[in-house]
Amino acid sequence: MLRERESATRLALTGVAALLLLAALGMVFGYAPREAVMGEVQRIFYFHVSSAWVGMLSFVVAAVTGGLYLSRRERYWDLVQVASVEIGMVFGLIAILSGSIWARPVWNTWWTWDPRLVTTSVMVLVYAAYLLLRQGVEEPERRARFGAVYAIVGVITVPITFLSIRFLRTIHPVVIGSGDASALGGFAMTPKMLETFLFSLLTFTVLYATLLVYRVRLALRADALEARRSALLAGY
Amino acid sequence: MVETDRARARPAGPGNYFRSVGVIVWKDLAAELRSKELLGAMLVFALLVLLVFNFALELDLPLRQAVAPGVLWVTFAFAGTLGLNRSLALERERGCWEGLLLAPVDRSAIYLGKALGSFLFMAIMEALVLPIYSALYNVNLFQPGLLLVVLLGSIGYVSLGTLLAAMAIQARTRDVLLPILLFPVVLPVLISAVNASAGFLSGAPMDQIWPWLNLLIACDVIFVAVAYMAFEYVVEE
Repeated sequence: MLRERESATRLALTGVAALLLLAALGMVFGYAPREAVMGEVQRIFYFHVSSAWVGMLSFVVAAVTGGLYLSRRERYWDLVQVASVEIGMVFGLIAILSGSIWARPVWNTWWTWDPRLVTTSVMVLVYAAYLLLRQGVEEPERRARFGAVYAIVGVITVPITFLSIRFLRTIHPVVIGSGDASALGGFAMTPKMLETFLFSLLTFTVLYATLLVYRVRLALRADALEARRSALLAGY
Repeated sequence: MVETDRARARPAGPGNYFRSVGVIVWKDLAAELRSKELLGAMLVFALLVLLVFNFALELDLPLRQAVAPGVLWVTFAFAGTLGLNRSLALERERGCWEGLLLAPVDRSAIYLGKALGSFLFMAIMEALVLPIYSALYNVNLFQPGLLLVVLLGSIGYVSLGTLLAAMAIQARTRDVLLPILLFPVVLPVLISAVNASAGFLSGAPMDQIWPWLNLLIACDVIFVAVAYMAFEYVVEE
């Protein structure tokens, strides 16, 4: 198993992800129009929101696989969970950083304490705590159980955190939803922008799936290696 | 142990369940009354945090009133972490952990017992900190609304805290892990508690405070339910 051939579907998925990413980049810089008020910096929006979306998707996947692991006790779900958390953390950080870069010229500050920013940061912190928890537990089975429970606790509390902060003021642009462009930096999307945005979402979702597939494969290989090593040490 | 079980076989009914919970709480209280280890640590730590805040935030009177809820809850959060950690770590140190898990009682009863015990310790600590805070910061904290918020917030905090502490003490990095695990997920409780406390302290009308109280109560219910169900997965041996 350690010397398997590259699977055709995996290669195809990678190819599709690469092509989509190139196309999305092209759309963001070429196809999407220049926004009237903010100018070029608005283009960050497409990948910024897509990254945040992947961050949240990973969170949900982590919780779902946690539930699956606790009910079925199959190691595979635990591996998918770790992969999802790692990828989600990276994309969450990308979302925060890209948002920060966008915020500096538009809001004249690197950071505000509005609901979406805080909730995303809390989500990334829950991810980090998850990874630290796993790091601190030696036995694989216990590690998997704890990870599953914590992911489920996280997915329940983070939306509640968002709701509780939303009682307070917000200056984060509400682009999708109320369409109230009076929030500083808000804007209404023209059709071309909408197409670019949806395409970016699709691209990042495919990217997430690709990374997930590879990360799970890495984990499975690590498992196989470990099994071989212990078999060797046991003298078979 | 086996002979006793056979001789006095109890039916597994609600009476037995709550009896078990009561026994665990009583055990913790009795042990604590003798050693005063936990409460001493929590109380001293809380006072030190108050002291540090006094120098960290050089405040005039109106500002002191404004930050009182926040400072108070930060103090409770940190001291509460200490209490939760010690409460469960003591079990392991004294070898009671295995005994608890071997007891012929539903694992969730252990959760309720430990959570209730931790809640009582936290409440005692808060009962001691509140008058000291009132005196040191010259703010009257003895309003029924505020006391209600303190109790509700402690319930939410302790419910998740017990579950996560049970995980943390089984890890290598046990002492530092609990705050890292707990604080991100207990934020809704802290946010609602701070805002409700601020509402009561500033004399805001009740219809402004009710959303926060509702959120706090909802969080308490959800967190207790989730922790109650998840606890048995955490203490499988």
